[in-house]
Amino acid sequence: MTLHPILAALRKHKAGVVLIAMQIALTLAIVCNAVFIIGQRIERVNRPTGLDESNLFLITQQWVDAPGEDTPGGVDKLDAMQLEDLAALRQVPDVVSVAPINSMPLLDSSWNGAIASKPGDTQFRGKSVTRTTYYFSDDQMLPTLGVRLVAGRAFNAGDVGHQGFRDQRDPDIVILTKALADKLFPNGAVGKAVYLNGGNKPVTVIGVVERMQVPYAGGGDEVAWNSTLIPTRLNANFARYAVRTKPGRLDDVMRAVTPALYKVNPMRVLDDDSVRSFTEIRDKAYRADLGMAILMGVVCLILLCVTAAGIVGLTSFWVGQRHRQIGVRRALGARKIDILHYFQIENLLIAGSGVVIGVLLAVGLNQWLMSHYEMTRIPILYVLTGVLAMLAIGQAAVFVPARRASNVPPVVATRAV
Amino acid sequence: MFAYYLELALRSLKRSPGLTVLMVLAIGFGVAASMTTYSVFRAVSGDPIPWKSAQLFVPQIDNWGPKNGTDDGEPPNAMDYLDATTLMRDHRAKRQSAMYQISPSVVPAQAGKHPLNVTGHAVYSEFFPMLDVPFLYGNGWSAQDDAQRAAVAVISSKLNEKLFGNVDSVGRTVNIEGRDYRVVGVLDHWNPQPRFYDVTNTGGFSENVEDVFLPFERAISVGLPNNGNTNCNATPKESGFVGLQHSECVWIAYMAELDDAAAVTAYRQYLDAYAKNQQKAGRFGWAPNNRLRNLPDYLEQQQVVPRDTKVSLLVALGLLLVCLVNTVGLLLAKFLRRSGEIGVRRALGAPRKAIYLQFLTEAGMVGAAGGVLGLLLTGVGVASVGLVLPKSISDLARLDLSLLAITLLVAVLATLLAGLYPTFRASRVQPAWQLKSN
Repeated sequence: MTLHPILAALRKHKAGVVLIAMQIALTLAIVCNAVFIIGQRIERVNRPTGLDESNLFLITQQWVDAPGEDTPGGVDKLDAMQLEDLAALRQVPDVVSVAPINSMPLLDSSWNGAIASKPGDTQFRGKSVTRTTYYFSDDQMLPTLGVRLVAGRAFNAGDVGHQGFRDQRDPDIVILTKALADKLFPNGAVGKAVYLNGGNKPVTVIGVVERMQVPYAGGGDEVAWNSTLIPTRLNANFARYAVRTKPGRLDDVMRAVTPALYKVNPMRVLDDDSVRSFTEIRDKAYRADLGMAILMGVVCLILLCVTAAGIVGLTSFWVGQRHRQIGVRRALGARKIDILHYFQIENLLIAGSGVVIGVLLAVGLNQWLMSHYEMTRIPILYVLTGVLAMLAIGQAAVFVPARRASNVPPVVATRAV
Repeated sequence: MFAYYLELALRSLKRSPGLTVLMVLAIGFGVAASMTTYSVFRAVSGDPIPWKSAQLFVPQIDNWGPKNGTDDGEPPNAMDYLDATTLMRDHRAKRQSAMYQISPSVVPAQAGKHPLNVTGHAVYSEFFPMLDVPFLYGNGWSAQDDAQRAAVAVISSKLNEKLFGNVDSVGRTVNIEGRDYRVVGVLDHWNPQPRFYDVTNTGGFSENVEDVFLPFERAISVGLPNNGNTNCNATPKESGFVGLQHSECVWIAYMAELDDAAAVTAYRQYLDAYAKNQQKAGRFGWAPNNRLRNLPDYLEQQQVVPRDTKVSLLVALGLLLVCLVNTVGLLLAKFLRRSGEIGVRRALGAPRKAIYLQFLTEAGMVGAAGGVLGLLLTGVGVASVGLVLPKSISDLARLDLSLLAITLLVAVLATLLAGLYPTFRASRVQPAWQLKSN
């Protein structure tokens, strides 16, 4: 079939053709960019924390009228209270292990600083220094969180010390995440010295864990796993305990810990959101990301439906308008399939010109978003998928009216209007 | 004549129900999606204190210098203890308050009840009149209470209900962090969003209602530590909360009320003179680098509105645009299909103006129908926003009269706009040609 008659016919419907092409172009541009944003959000939500997230929960509790950290002996008293709690929690049936910890991945409460391979270095420009999040815990940390050690050794009970929450003392040893260790020491970190927050005290790296995400969920990949693990119990008027339970016993243990802690000391705050499973923590951290992705997804879906409906409507109109011409063609020997192909090719031409403009618009919109909203460049794969999807939607939308056209009987040609 | 056009439009719409339904659906969904995202956007970008935001200013003092790690030269978005308390002592604005977030425990008087944890702020007495904080019972405390570090507290109506039942508790005692405080005021449901007076510690939006306000210097003197963010450019030399107060770490929010341009200029000069003095004294090794933004500018600069909200509003507006283009196409098809009818009307003497009126009436009807559908869908949309977005944001997205009016207006106006070109084409139909060909 030659294109010439199709092009000639299209010239008679300039406005309609331009409108459909424009609609397809706009839809392609918007949907490509929206799907790209959705994809990025979902990628972020699916980032692994490095933890074994099932059967894990966190207790955040606060003592009432606890001794102040600044008062003499206050820190030691606070530490004794914490140890009492830890012992009581270990006695709760079905508890596998318990660790005191200052924060958790995705909890959005963090202590951050700089870590360097050279003393006194705080300039973030160089490669030898980077941002890190500090996790303070004890020797039970790795088994409780389910974080995997990949080099060196874990903390043992003798390594663990304690200090006031606002006491800024450097530890003697640390464990780094692999992401952080590779950044500072490409040839292996175990046994090397690091310097914290621009200080001059060498701190020995004794081990490297596979992965442990920082508490802040929104950070980019370059900082997401920069964690430093310190074998110190922090003492303040509040404390957090991570608890791992036997498989399937999470709910029961979560219910049992509140009475157990009240039994140790009733003068404390333990309310509804003091005991939270890691699943809850993860859901809360990513709720806004997922919500926006769903909202945008729904809008995109409606957009595609509207465009498809527009194609159906206009093609139906053209089919009605050309009723007689179709009859004439059929009477002159055109088969049904020829009529069907005619409308399909016509749609392909219009959609084709639409997607060409659409690709330009999509890239332009992406450029504009990049300059205004810290977006990254859209991968060509997204645009290509979008092009194919738009062409497919065009073909699907045109099929029903085109089949109706192909069913026009040749006798129409002979009938007076 | 208008009634006649309405009837004509109704007949025409009935004649091709498929096309009509398509148009109404497209407009309905387009408008609803735009309005739902707009309601979220409006909720998060709203001015929390519109009658006064132009007079509220957030001073920022650069106590870290150019080497603080930020590239844009912006000073820290909070203050250290020394700067905040000096500004309070100098008292150069009409009203002002330094504040920091606290999270103390409250012990109910009834035996057997467990202690609860509350959040709040340690503020100065001028905080309440400056922000027009509404009181259910009593009032804020006095400047004298500030100076004497009096054990007084303002509590929320929620905490009042929890501790005392729904009665006027002014004068009664509440146990906060193991110490007794006299209640001087009970707030009347005050939960502004964004939490504009302390963006640093809340990131803008917070689900928790603030339950307790204590005098700033009282909280410092009893060692009630800050519960919000602490940012340091260097490790504090001393440990503990006292060490934090002696450090250059920033953790205190600050707000000042300045009534006119002259007051703003004077305050700016005061801040610069202060920073210059610190430079002379050797504390700052750099020229003054201060900021004094009014509240709307400050919220903008702190990017309180979540980025994704703006982008999804853009996507929704794009959808509305596509719906418009779609409607133009469908109306064009619909109107030109009736070229014969137009020819007859024109031949019988109808002027172009009459054709315009007739077809714009028809477009308007489609728009109104789409608008009604859009209203229903917007209702569904706003109600289901809570299913996917965090409570702190979705609670703010509300369906009110103005949103309903905007929805209907956008639908009708958009459809009329979309109807312009098809109507123009319809009015250009040549009567003679139409009559001849049929």
